[in-house]
Amino acid sequence: MDKRDITLIVNGSPSMVSVEPRKLLVDVLREDLGLTGTHIGCEHGVCGTCTVLLNDRSVRSCITFAVQADGARIRTVEGLANGADLHPLQDEFWDKQGLQCGYCTPGMLMRACEIIEQNPDPSPEQVREGIASNLCRCTGYQFIVEAVCAAASRMRGDEQRPHQATTPTEAKA
Amino acid sequence: MTTVSRPEPPPARTHKEVRKWIGKSIRRVEDPKFLRGRGGYIGDMTLPGMLHAAMLSSPYAHARITGIDTAEALAAPGVHAVITGAQAAELTGPLPDFGPNPAAHTWRCLAVEKVRYVGEGVAVVVADSRYLAEDALALINVDYEPLPPVTDMERALEEGAPLVHEDLGSNCAYERTFQFGEVERDFADADVVISDRLRWRRSGGQPLETVGALADFDLATGQLTVHTNSLSFTSYLFMVAGTLKIPANKLDIRPMPAGGSFGSKLFATKPAVIAGMCSRAAGRPVMYLEDRVDNISNCDHHGSDRVYDVQLALMRDGTMRGIKIDTVDDYGAYIQFGVGHHGNALAQVVGPYRIASVEYRVRAALTNKNQQGAYRGFGSEVNNWMLEQMVDKAARQLGIDPVEIRRRNFIREFPYFIPTGNVYDSGDYDGVLDKALKLADYDYWRAEQAKAREEGRYIGIGLITAQERSVFSATEFWFWFDKPGAPVTSMPESVTLKVDATGGITATLYSCAFWGNSPETMVAQLVAEEFDCDPRDVSIVYQGSKNGLPATGPGGSRTTVMLAGAVEGASAKIKAKARRATAHLLEASPDDLEWVDGGYQVKGSPEARKTLAEIAVMLHLFKHSFPEDMESGLEDSKVFDHPYTTMPSADRKDLGVFYPFMGHACHVPVIEVDIETGRVSFLSYAAVHDCGTLVNPRSLAGHIVGGTAQGIGTALYEEYVYDEGGQLLTSSYLDYLIPTAMEVPELKFAHHETPSPWTPHGIKGGGEGGRMMAPAAINVAVNDALAPLGVRLTELPLTPDRILAAIRAARESPR
Repeated sequence: MDKRDITLIVNGSPSMVSVEPRKLLVDVLREDLGLTGTHIGCEHGVCGTCTVLLNDRSVRSCITFAVQADGARIRTVEGLANGADLHPLQDEFWDKQGLQCGYCTPGMLMRACEIIEQNPDPSPEQVREGIASNLCRCTGYQFIVEAVCAAASRMRGDEQRPHQATTPTEAKA
Repeated sequence: MTTVSRPEPPPARTHKEVRKWIGKSIRRVEDPKFLRGRGGYIGDMTLPGMLHAAMLSSPYAHARITGIDTAEALAAPGVHAVITGAQAAELTGPLPDFGPNPAAHTWRCLAVEKVRYVGEGVAVVVADSRYLAEDALALINVDYEPLPPVTDMERALEEGAPLVHEDLGSNCAYERTFQFGEVERDFADADVVISDRLRWRRSGGQPLETVGALADFDLATGQLTVHTNSLSFTSYLFMVAGTLKIPANKLDIRPMPAGGSFGSKLFATKPAVIAGMCSRAAGRPVMYLEDRVDNISNCDHHGSDRVYDVQLALMRDGTMRGIKIDTVDDYGAYIQFGVGHHGNALAQVVGPYRIASVEYRVRAALTNKNQQGAYRGFGSEVNNWMLEQMVDKAARQLGIDPVEIRRRNFIREFPYFIPTGNVYDSGDYDGVLDKALKLADYDYWRAEQAKAREEGRYIGIGLITAQERSVFSATEFWFWFDKPGAPVTSMPESVTLKVDATGGITATLYSCAFWGNSPETMVAQLVAEEFDCDPRDVSIVYQGSKNGLPATGPGGSRTTVMLAGAVEGASAKIKAKARRATAHLLEASPDDLEWVDGGYQVKGSPEARKTLAEIAVMLHLFKHSFPEDMESGLEDSKVFDHPYTTMPSADRKDLGVFYPFMGHACHVPVIEVDIETGRVSFLSYAAVHDCGTLVNPRSLAGHIVGGTAQGIGTALYEEYVYDEGGQLLTSSYLDYLIPTAMEVPELKFAHHETPSPWTPHGIKGGGEGGRMMAPAAINVAVNDALAPLGVRLTELPLTPDRILAAIRAARESPR
């Protein structure tokens, strides 16, 4: 099948890829760019596991063709942390145990990112409604809601909480 | 009453009173990689030259395969191999099957002469990419001769029904009636007998990650390596080698983290066999990863699908005497785990109540559906639901308060042997109930309910008290047969601990891949408790089946208890060696030493002391400083066997001890039913669980909250719907409805701790969590709401359609 050359600006870096028009964005991210943090859940655009941000809005990458994203800015879970420092959302998900198996987590984090960017001070009810786009089979959502609210609070600077490092050694230091 | 001679229980343990790490909600050590998108799931893995397999599935519920033409598919671009069911039957044997009569209901990785359910595989294509493999699937021509399907379990058992397996000569895979205690006497003595017919429809675990396997067959050595997210039952993996026709010592199954299981990845061997077969045929590594439709229609892990006819015998004051349970379970087209699900139910069949006798009749029906496997509860959650519906009905009929009828019947002396022979190790059911009533603000909601009724609103409160058995022994899979094909195994779990030359500790786990539970955090906390180190400094390794120690893996809420036993045992061996080494280095007697804060020291002279690191470096590098019989290194393993299981009696009137560590919970949902739309919404939900000593309260809370969310799905939304022709109507998440954040209420939860006398630290399992209780509680709540209308729902899920139909029926023919 003929391929098309497209450019995706993923987590700030432009990548040129040559893809079949039928190839899904999630498959290009995972297979062509090696960004396996974005997962595939239901393949019908229902569960939200494959959520990425495309020009700052969440999309289901399992029902988006990569060619539709030509020239777009895409953000994935791999772009959240700053080196050793976790993003406040990642850190609060860890602290509140807002994950169990971790499979829905990247999509959930990206959706939460969008929620906070659109409304820096969401109520727990707004967060709950906001994440209803994404299924989680493990947690029952409660600790995710807690984590997103806590992260939003930190990102607003309401609470000057030291950034938690990710490795045990750093965490203890 | 039959007198049963029982072996003595193991001696009661003395548990530490002060613990450093057990009981702390530390952040899980597993999480950082998942948060960074570096989980390393099976779908993330590639190998050089890797090919992809895709499966062609049957569109028919029941049909004879009269021909398959694969020529066009084989010629398609990028295709390396096409394997039909008939070819697969040459390349592989039947799949591992613990069913009652595997030779007569033979189960293979692909269908051979006929298909028995929609979604059953008929061929696989191996190609350069998944896209090309799926392209080629469309080019395979299969000729089917449709056969009449059988989809209703009770009709399946009738004379003349179409046969799912001709060789079996019947659709009844198993039937037996058990009697425990003096059932007829208890029924004759009872004042009232409450009867009902109850229907639980099938749902399933539906983890967001499907099952997959990446197989790599090495032609040079004959070695097959399979990476999969379903490693479990390591001790039984020789059966997979048998299926693949390779020596067991040439098979290495390596665990990958699983994106959820909830039981549904338990011993899921089919993907591994398909990938292994394809890799051998293609001479290249092959990935077979189910897509969502494969997983819904062909995962072999659908949950229970039962109809019950139940009679509960009571005295007028609410005292329960005996229960007769007659159940038919729709197993689908195969029956890989036999009726182990009912063994599970028999472990706690009387709930927390003193019911003296039990009659249990089970019939396993085969139909044209995907088969049952495991789903969080493994059939005992269904028993919880059935029993609580009966208790609730009895309370209503006898005019006794639902709290009071439970208190009147609670078991209060432990250990307590229930009529089936299983033992409840410990419990405090009143304590849990008191805590739950307070947490739920029960009296407030009863008052609100009364007010709402005056306003024509239908609020219901669903109080239930139920069990969560933990740590199975395999007895439940074979006590069904007078002459079982195999005796009991102890379902062991193993851990190796290695202390390196710097004192750093690495723990190796065998069957315990990460499934969304917290094996690494549990082991890290347990090791830290033993060695006074920081749990975040403990390194964890998952070993594949090759060179693996005996192991079983997650299931039946066993992992934490069994890992605790293995860690305890391995630690004791290491500490014994470290004590001897220290005694030698300090020229002291081993008996004069004590372990204090991470090292051994002389009692009364704390300055004479060696830390673990000091001992370890000596043992690793300076063997000749020690007596002749002391070897280098500081490493040891423990194979921990089930701590308390006994044999069933020959007449099967007593099944022995097989699930002894008994958790308990009380759930109190408050719901409102909109009688115009049939919608159920939550006003409040409180849950108190007692899983013995807590290791990480937050992670256990995760099981309670998350399990409750799944239970809400079971109670209200989720169902694998097959129509009369056997078509699966819910083959995607557009139709199979998993609760979102909007359907799950904020849960008020609390823990209660009644330590087990027989497990390390007193831990009981808790992994099945809220799903053990929520379906029962929500059904009771809905019936409580609709009681003024004379409505009682007896069929799950409680969809708006079913609720409205019940309301209409009650209006048309008031009781």
